[in-house]
Amino acid sequence: MLVPTSYFVILSAVLFTIGATGVLFRKNAIILFMSVELMLNAANLALVAFSREFGTLDGQIFVFFVMTVAAAEVAIGLALIVTIFRNRASIDVDDIHSLKG
Amino acid sequence: MNLADLTQMVLRPIGFLGLWASILLIVDLWIPKDRKTITGWLTLLGLASTAIVVAYTTGEDPVAMGGMVKADGFAYMLYYIFLLVAALTVLLSMSYIEKNNIERGEFYSLILFATIGMMGMAMANDMIVVFVALEVLSIPLYVLAGYLRGKAESEESAMKYFLLGAFASAFLVYGIALVFGATGTTNLEAISAAIEGGAANRAYLYGGIGLILVGLGFKVATVPFHMWTPDVYEGAPSVVTAFFSVGAKAGGFAALLRVLYVAFEPVTADWAPVIAILSALTMIFGNISAITQTSIKRMLAYSSIAHAGYILMAGVAGGQGALTDFAASAAAFYLVGYAFTNMGTWGIVMAVEKEANTNNEIASFAGLGKKRPMLAMAMVVLMLSLTGLPPTIGFVGKFYIFTAAIDAGYMWLALVGVVTSLISAYYYLRVIIVMYMQDGDVEADLPWTLSLAVGLTTIATFVFGVIPQSLLNIGNDLISGIF
Repeated sequence: MLVPTSYFVILSAVLFTIGATGVLFRKNAIILFMSVELMLNAANLALVAFSREFGTLDGQIFVFFVMTVAAAEVAIGLALIVTIFRNRASIDVDDIHSLKG
Repeated sequence: MNLADLTQMVLRPIGFLGLWASILLIVDLWIPKDRKTITGWLTLLGLASTAIVVAYTTGEDPVAMGGMVKADGFAYMLYYIFLLVAALTVLLSMSYIEKNNIERGEFYSLILFATIGMMGMAMANDMIVVFVALEVLSIPLYVLAGYLRGKAESEESAMKYFLLGAFASAFLVYGIALVFGATGTTNLEAISAAIEGGAANRAYLYGGIGLILVGLGFKVATVPFHMWTPDVYEGAPSVVTAFFSVGAKAGGFAALLRVLYVAFEPVTADWAPVIAILSALTMIFGNISAITQTSIKRMLAYSSIAHAGYILMAGVAGGQGALTDFAASAAAFYLVGYAFTNMGTWGIVMAVEKEANTNNEIASFAGLGKKRPMLAMAMVVLMLSLTGLPPTIGFVGKFYIFTAAIDAGYMWLALVGVVTSLISAYYYLRVIIVMYMQDGDVEADLPWTLSLAVGLTTIATFVFGVIPQSLLNIGNDLISGIF
């Protein structure tokens, strides 16, 4: 018996919300970053689930693009985190506040 | 799709620029460290020749890659804006990056790669392309924002931009996933057809539209997704700020308007009021917050938020055939005006700025009127244009965009626009007052490339404000019968 698509969508919505909450409330830049990845992967799950329901490949192809882009973002993001850590010996976003805002 | 698709005519501008950017990365290795300006000139040459390629590609069959991209007149109009913005950025950056010792060759290539992303946004006809192009646009900008290596505020700006940009992309992807779930396709025209067919699941669809608006709203900095803007604009190198205050905004709007006008056209009545409210909030919040700023970079950041509100006004005219074309053309014209005006303003900010991110107070402009009368005069023209007073291009842009809103039945929105423009006069004119009425020992550093860029933009701001017809005709010709 197939699991209904709505189950996957609900799971992905839950994952997405956990990710978004993480970005909003956690303080460590790496954890923020992991939360963003969780959000992206929640979207991937939804895409694959819908793709299975419709019997088309569009959604699955899109997942590959999302994964590729996420990899590129990781490269840039980690590089930025490393440079910041070199200067301040901390990646806590609460410590990064030389700009008012 | 097959390999032959990749060589289709309409893809040539973007392919040409991509090739140029890649070759530039390699050529730069042979250019000695103290003569990096050569790379800058080669970049300009690349942008100019791409503009020629664009001109020769206009009129070709716009659809390529199995319908994933559609380089129509709207896209071409925006191509010219992107290329113009990139060229002005390169011109402004030659002296800037030399002065601040960040003269590394990849700077120019990054600008070109970001421009490619913008061009992708303009021709995207599929959600996948929208997303990929958005990232191609954003990732070089994250790097550029942190280009003043070792400066805490630049790194902080890059970090904030990156985290919030990635956060916004996640919203966009999830929104696309939901729209895909509602309609079974990612192609913009097919989404529209599926909604029209009535098969679309409304809950998924509206959830998806909302999340896509959040994702793209972040990129173009509309309220309530604007909070990153002042910090990022303040910390990034001024020349990079200039680039993304205009370029990234134009790219974001290109995709936003096309997605709204094409994909979600059947449900215009549902999203247009939301866009109107967002636009009104953005104009009100951006202009009021700008009043209290003392740093010119932060003031211009809030001003750019406000301008995003004005451009967003074009969104309310969706789904109305000729009127939608007119609104798109008005938005494009507004972007041209904003490109000239804002790039010029940032050029003057850079002239007054001694070292990166110093002398950025509005008070630092005191006495400019006496010391540098020409430069102060240029600033007056540009400030008038940002306010939207005649005879400048800013006035014409506002006039057309307000007309589009009124024709679409949003009289109140145009009124909000007029009132907030009046409010904005307060802080733009304050700069003029500081320049002429207060004494100070401001020193402006004006290398000839910077003067050229400031001069060209100021003249364009004034001339196209007096005789806008030729420019408007180009826009109207390119953008007709598209939406």
